[in-house]
Amino acid sequence: MNGGKELTEMRELSAAEITKAVKDLFIDANINLGEDVLAALHRALEQEESPQGKEILNELIENARIAKEEGIAICQDTGLAVVFVELGQDCHVAGGDLSEAINEGVRQGYQEGYLRKSACHPFTRANTGDNTPAIIHLDIVPGDTIKIIAAPKGGGSENMSRVMMLTPSVGMEGVKDFIVQRVRESGANPCPPVIVGAGIGGTFEQTALIAKKALLRPIGSTNPDPELAAMEADLLTRINNLGIGPQGYGGRTTALAVHVNMIPCHIASLSLAVNIQCHAQRHKEVVI
Amino acid sequence: MTDVKKITTPLTDEVVADLHIGDKLFITGVIYTGRDAAHKRLIELVDKGEAFPFDIHGQIIYFVGPAPAKPGHPIGSAGPTTSYRMDAYSPRLIERGLKGMIGKGMRSQEVKDAMVKHKAVYLGATGGAGALISKSIKKAEIIAYEDLGPEAIRRLEVVDFPVVVINDIYGKDLYDEGVRQYARQ
Repeated sequence: MNGGKELTEMRELSAAEITKAVKDLFIDANINLGEDVLAALHRALEQEESPQGKEILNELIENARIAKEEGIAICQDTGLAVVFVELGQDCHVAGGDLSEAINEGVRQGYQEGYLRKSACHPFTRANTGDNTPAIIHLDIVPGDTIKIIAAPKGGGSENMSRVMMLTPSVGMEGVKDFIVQRVRESGANPCPPVIVGAGIGGTFEQTALIAKKALLRPIGSTNPDPELAAMEADLLTRINNLGIGPQGYGGRTTALAVHVNMIPCHIASLSLAVNIQCHAQRHKEVVI
Repeated sequence: MTDVKKITTPLTDEVVADLHIGDKLFITGVIYTGRDAAHKRLIELVDKGEAFPFDIHGQIIYFVGPAPAKPGHPIGSAGPTTSYRMDAYSPRLIERGLKGMIGKGMRSQEVKDAMVKHKAVYLGATGGAGALISKSIKKAEIIAYEDLGPEAIRRLEVVDFPVVVINDIYGKDLYDEGVRQYARQ
């Protein structure tokens, strides 16, 4: 019985189909730079004042062209394999385990796409050999489809990222100062121009996750929350006034975008995560 | 592109003395790859008094872990990794004759001091331009630590490999100068 309602029929999806999708997404993401990033690089080129900075931006545009044309990775750091999954609750994965299906897709994609395997043991540094395990974030959502987002994440920019449990009294200004300071201290290390993903609120682990999700928003899109949109615009101006510039050689373009996600937090906390992303912002998605 | 200096490896004191921050260089010759794990092993050899797998005198180490080569290509995407992780090791290699390092990102004061004292330079390759950079690498061969996979030491033959001088032997730093020139209040 179901309160008089009919039970919804489950749609069946094969694990093999998910494996194939994950494989194709990682190859695509690592080879074909997103149109939003390319458009942002072209816009930056028009505004950049530093001759050296312009030259770097031209190199990045040329690099994207070569990678696409030759089918090789944009950057040798093809990242750890981050996967966001939105699984419709009326969808049944058949013929295998969902997370194993995703890991198999990563395995095949990194092998067949000539992508670097960067996953290793924290202490022995022994490489796992196939870039697994994937980092899988699973959300159950209404519907009978599955959305898979492959977002390979490089180590250089990830190393510059931070989670900080601030004191509520510092307020929005304190949050902004921390973000700007983080970009300043990162300097040339994360391959500027960067994209800054900030997560405000939530628990310790949640603030980091919403910061990472903020990076998935297309560059050039406006935050639907007017308060956050204004905050993003102010942060972008302040960051680009730092003068770090493309590759840190000095210039106007230190960041291509700042994206902020915000959720409620504990009355004792003001949690903040700053996830720094290099200019090679890679993510591709599919709905099955 | 204007005013590109062409240099060949191995580097001499005279060549290094002529390099200044902001200079654009094309490097031709042999360079060696090495990143985190390979550096650790090289320093272990120093501690044990054993020989390096290559003669480091006058050489350049490129901080890179390349992507695998597609059939018909000598190497995959091959841009620089962040250099500060090699800061703990670099001064001891510079003392032993290393003349150049290619990477991206800021170096420690200890590394900068060692570069001034022993006449070595730090060169920047464009991070995230690994596909473009791979075009100047004509041959790649693993010469040590194959078990490290992407971190193995490779001998690269390069032609007109593009870099910018970030730290010269006069103690200057392109990153500091760049920010000084372009920062706004």
